[in-house]
Amino acid sequence: MLNTEPNIASPDDFYEALLRMHQDLSPEQGRQVDARLILLLSNHIGDLAVLRQAMARARQGIEPAGHDAIIAARA
Amino acid sequence: MHVDYRSLRFEYRRSPDQSAAQAVRHPVVVVGAGPVGLATAIDLAQRLEGSGQTVLLLDDDSGLSNGSRAICFAKRTLEIFDRLGCGEAMVEKGVTWSRGRVFHREDPVYSFDLLPEGGHGRPAFINLQQYYVEGFLLDRARALPGIEIRWGNKVSAVEPSVDGVALSVETPEGEYRIVADYLVAADGARSPIRRALGLESKGRTFRDRFLIADVRMKADFPAERWFWFDPPFHPNQSVLLHSQPDGVWRIDFQLGWDADPVAEREPGRVIPRVRALLGKDADFELEWVSVYTFSCLRMERFRHGRVIFAGDAAHGVSPFGARGANSGVQDAENIAWKLALVLRGEAPEALLDSYDAERVLAADENILNSTRSTDFITPKNEASRAFRDAALDLARDCAFARKLVNSGRLSLPSTYRDSPLNTPDAEAFGGAMVPGAPAIDAPLADGGWLLRRLGGGFALLHFGEAAPAAPHSVPPLRVVNISPAEDAEGLAAARYDARPGTTYLIRPDQHVCARWRRLDPDAVRAALDRATGRT
Repeated sequence: MLNTEPNIASPDDFYEALLRMHQDLSPEQGRQVDARLILLLSNHIGDLAVLRQAMARARQGIEPAGHDAIIAARA
Repeated sequence: MHVDYRSLRFEYRRSPDQSAAQAVRHPVVVVGAGPVGLATAIDLAQRLEGSGQTVLLLDDDSGLSNGSRAICFAKRTLEIFDRLGCGEAMVEKGVTWSRGRVFHREDPVYSFDLLPEGGHGRPAFINLQQYYVEGFLLDRARALPGIEIRWGNKVSAVEPSVDGVALSVETPEGEYRIVADYLVAADGARSPIRRALGLESKGRTFRDRFLIADVRMKADFPAERWFWFDPPFHPNQSVLLHSQPDGVWRIDFQLGWDADPVAEREPGRVIPRVRALLGKDADFELEWVSVYTFSCLRMERFRHGRVIFAGDAAHGVSPFGARGANSGVQDAENIAWKLALVLRGEAPEALLDSYDAERVLAADENILNSTRSTDFITPKNEASRAFRDAALDLARDCAFARKLVNSGRLSLPSTYRDSPLNTPDAEAFGGAMVPGAPAIDAPLADGGWLLRRLGGGFALLHFGEAAPAAPHSVPPLRVVNISPAEDAEGLAAARYDARPGTTYLIRPDQHVCARWRRLDPDAVRAALDRATGRT
């Protein structure tokens, strides 16, 4: 079960560290760092059910405005 | 003896069927002399021996594959080829390998071993050009009296009915008609038979193009599968390098969607790409060049009454994972024993429904694996690319990330866990040999191998000091007893979680269908009824 109650002892320290991780990075570098962070944390959590809940909450309320490069195939 | 199978031409010969007043009836017609059609025909002919029924194999061409095409043949496929009588020829000629290495930019990221344990008769994989695989299968097919092959025979119309399939066949001397009790369509990705019946294979195409350059050269790369993401010699794209017999190397360059498929085939374009990888002074010859895109797709059902689709005709995958030809050969072995039992009158036609259930599931498993590999190799949006690069970067020092890197999950046989042919366990068992699993090999004290001992019929694999009597049954059961002395290394007992008295019922395609802690003839017969679609 995804824990959405306060769980970090010093939230302001965490948030500061998160922003510092991105200091002076271009948007592309920022995405790179975020992607690494997500993979590291996901592995640390390990529980796929929890990860899926977090992914669902993260995507909540976002109406897709792009689209993936997929082509329907028929033969 | 070296045979250049690519150059062989097989002449069209007139068949007496073409002069018959009425369409001649054949118990089973297989269309397509590729690896899947040939394997189906051989398996069927071996199983119909003595029944007076023969197999007719039609092919619209007059030769075998002219390019290397499919090159990776998996352990399970080799075990099937053993049963078909040509496994040894394949392994002798093929390049045996089990290790893959992944590079990111200039650095090795990780390596994997596909068969880290010993005690298996066949290796994880061999690489062998498709024309050799077809050639060795064809040599075997021609040695079997129960197969007739007609080259230059193109099926031009298919009319299924309740009791047979009427076929029109075009030849250089005009058209003739035959009737098949059953038709196996192994006529490839563009399957004319599928089209003739108004059926479709559906799925998705990936927006990417790849260049295969098979080159002949002297090189001292090891017999390993090397895969680069974003290497300096081919920036932003992936490259695969893999060894084949006769000093041929498969090089597969990712080109991207915008590449021009015609221009990229020109030697003037291909050679510099190869030189970039091998070095500017490299000495090599281009053997075969092909630019391709691919789709993951399948038919909704593989059995349509008396017409059965197998291999690429039924389903398609990306090449990453070697799941195309390997799964096609597994289709062939799945349909062959079932169809042979039906033709011999030993099983009802309903048994053929299990082909659909089992192989559609296998196709979905292959498509899932191949789609996931392709989504990693060909990111479909910016976020997918960022995660891919992150996984590759972390893989250097974080073990977990190596598990995420996906350059192809290589072909493994499916476990038919929910097959209607299985009898669920009534007793506790550990290990991987659950009902539906492909039987695993083990070494025997005489230097032989368990799978070859099991053979190609229904087998009762019994663990104990002495072989029990075979319960009387149709089709007959062969008892294969493994005594502790024969299982010298204890691997058979360990892999089958066996104790004295443990008994497995093994299907003709060497999948497990039932198991018990002691042999009870009534339970065995009930399981056999289930495994043959009689209950």
